[in-house]
Amino acid sequence: MLTSRLSRVGFRIVNELSRGGYRCMSRTRFRQGHCGQCQRSPVELLSETRAFFQGAIFQKHHYFSTLGSNNTSGGGDEQKETISVTFVSKDGEEIPIRVPIGTSMLEAAHQNDIELEGACEGSLACSTCHVIVMDMEHYNKLEEPSDEENDMLDLAFGLTETSRLGCQIIARPELDGIRLAIPAATRNFAVDGYVAKPH
Amino acid sequence: MAIFRARRVLWRSFSTISSHPLRVCIVGSGPAGFYTAEKILKTHQGSQVDIIDRLPTPYGLVRSGVAPDHPETKNVINQFSRVAQNGRCSFFGNVALGSSISLVELQELYHVVVLAYGAESDRVVGIPGEDLKGVHSAREFVWWYNGHPDGRNLDPDLKNTDTAVILGQGNVALDVARILLRPTSELAITDIASHALTALEQSSIRKVYLVGRRGPVQAACTAKELREVLGIKDLYIHIKETDLKITPADEEEMKNSRIHRRIYELLSKAATAGPSQPSSGQRELHFVFFRQPDRFLESYDKKGYVSGVHLEKTGLKGIGSGKQIAIGTGQFENLSCGIVLKSIGYKSVPVDDLPFDNQKGVVPNVKGRVLSDNSGDPTSFENGLYVCGWLKRGPTGIIATNLYCAEETVASLSEDLELGVLASTTRLPKLGRDGLLQILDNRNVRVVPFSAWEKIDKEEKRLGSLRNKPREKLTSREELLKVAGSE
Repeated sequence: MLTSRLSRVGFRIVNELSRGGYRCMSRTRFRQGHCGQCQRSPVELLSETRAFFQGAIFQKHHYFSTLGSNNTSGGGDEQKETISVTFVSKDGEEIPIRVPIGTSMLEAAHQNDIELEGACEGSLACSTCHVIVMDMEHYNKLEEPSDEENDMLDLAFGLTETSRLGCQIIARPELDGIRLAIPAATRNFAVDGYVAKPH
Repeated sequence: MAIFRARRVLWRSFSTISSHPLRVCIVGSGPAGFYTAEKILKTHQGSQVDIIDRLPTPYGLVRSGVAPDHPETKNVINQFSRVAQNGRCSFFGNVALGSSISLVELQELYHVVVLAYGAESDRVVGIPGEDLKGVHSAREFVWWYNGHPDGRNLDPDLKNTDTAVILGQGNVALDVARILLRPTSELAITDIASHALTALEQSSIRKVYLVGRRGPVQAACTAKELREVLGIKDLYIHIKETDLKITPADEEEMKNSRIHRRIYELLSKAATAGPSQPSSGQRELHFVFFRQPDRFLESYDKKGYVSGVHLEKTGLKGIGSGKQIAIGTGQFENLSCGIVLKSIGYKSVPVDDLPFDNQKGVVPNVKGRVLSDNSGDPTSFENGLYVCGWLKRGPTGIIATNLYCAEETVASLSEDLELGVLASTTRLPKLGRDGLLQILDNRNVRVVPFSAWEKIDKEEKRLGSLRNKPREKLTSREELLKVAGSE
């Protein structure tokens, strides 16, 4: 069983490399997560397959457009403009992805199998997609949060000065290069200021 | 020896190689139960997780606590459904810890038992008149309008009075106030229970008082809920401006808490915005601060029924670490009403063979590991027994709080597995699911698996579509079991 698992992992790595390797970095999580992949539901596998497919299309266009002028002017309807976004997971792992303009950071995270919770599915009724914008420059480029977003941020765990809800950050060209940290769970996680008894 | 060592190293990622798959039973299918299940399934490959619930329907307070006019908050059900549909996970409804199966039996059937059954009782105020008719717990009132089978016979009288008093100013209190004051046309298109909608349509209640024993800076509600209740169409809001005076201690509290700062700002704005008197026939919401209930008053003409609350004015006193408590001043006043809803907190219920801290209303634990007793000895744990959610932390927080709570409990479990703390049980096979179903079958317990809940779900949605509602809840056990068992 061990050898069959390893060979499955090996097969996937070879597969990724053959795609031109643009997603290789996002697969650095393989060392921890590969077993999780084996157990995912058909729905999750489908969305991941879709993400691979989208990636393959992007790969193809990228190749062609380097022959001509820059990316932004080229491409047919299939190639949506994308920006580069880097998620930093709770364990400090860097996951660079490309996000189409108009997509929210929560959707982008899910499309790339990044562990960002979204309990209310983007309807401003929870705070689980809380992300921390890692530099002031990009934070200031974001629109002010609405009252509704601020109400939810009130309840976010590990809130910082540059915290936002991932479902409310929509990809725009000005946000290219933005880095978002997913906060680690804190010990003192109650809403009402309850302090855990030391032990 | 070398084989044993190799096994330990491979444990986490390749646990299917170990002798027996980890069998876990989670008691309670609310957010704590489901987030725990999700985490265990993800962290321990090959583990099998069974979730039992005493109701035929899953999801705990997401189904029976979240208000009908808050449908987006219930979206998390989609995530929980996916967990239940995982091949290694099973949901078994209508299985009650205690009456259908005992804790000891579960511990024999499973390597690990996680208790996540929440808090189904109430804190009592502990004052005279508490058992007068018309004094209800908010928890029961919420169960009633949310169609919980144990709440359908509450039958609150909303026709004998125009005034309701709610004790408490947390989100549950605001929910109850909002359901009482919202135009029923708006409620008619939600998944509110039909018997409640009918009662509310005939309700004569026009004034609701939200009574808190401390001030606006200490109010326990959160911004979204407060903003919503203040924004109800054609509702007169009354807040005494003198109650908004803040002390240096209050300022200190607000400095340290963004939530309280924003709540205070919302209340201040609401106090001065809008007219100073209600217009004729307009519904009213009054925020009453610095009043604690001394006793419930009995009606003269209707013996045994509540007619008001005797309130004592309070002042605040600092008790260190930035906290202020309410102290009575000896000045009293009466507030007349025909119904009282107590919204001062939930409380967990103990079961046989389970250590329980009656004072705090939780199972004594350290990071989710159940302690053998209350003595405070932090080294004596119940082997293989864990706790998560309100039963572990007390009845506070939001749905997402359970996400972190589950992470902590599962981290404790994983650590125990890795360190061999559970070796004495995990080295043996356990009957798990098959054993449980056999026992329940012998006892004629009508188990409701997830596929049967899906039938209930489909039927509720179908009935709802006939009335322009997202669903029409089935509110009796008989109806639920009938649909669950249908073809």
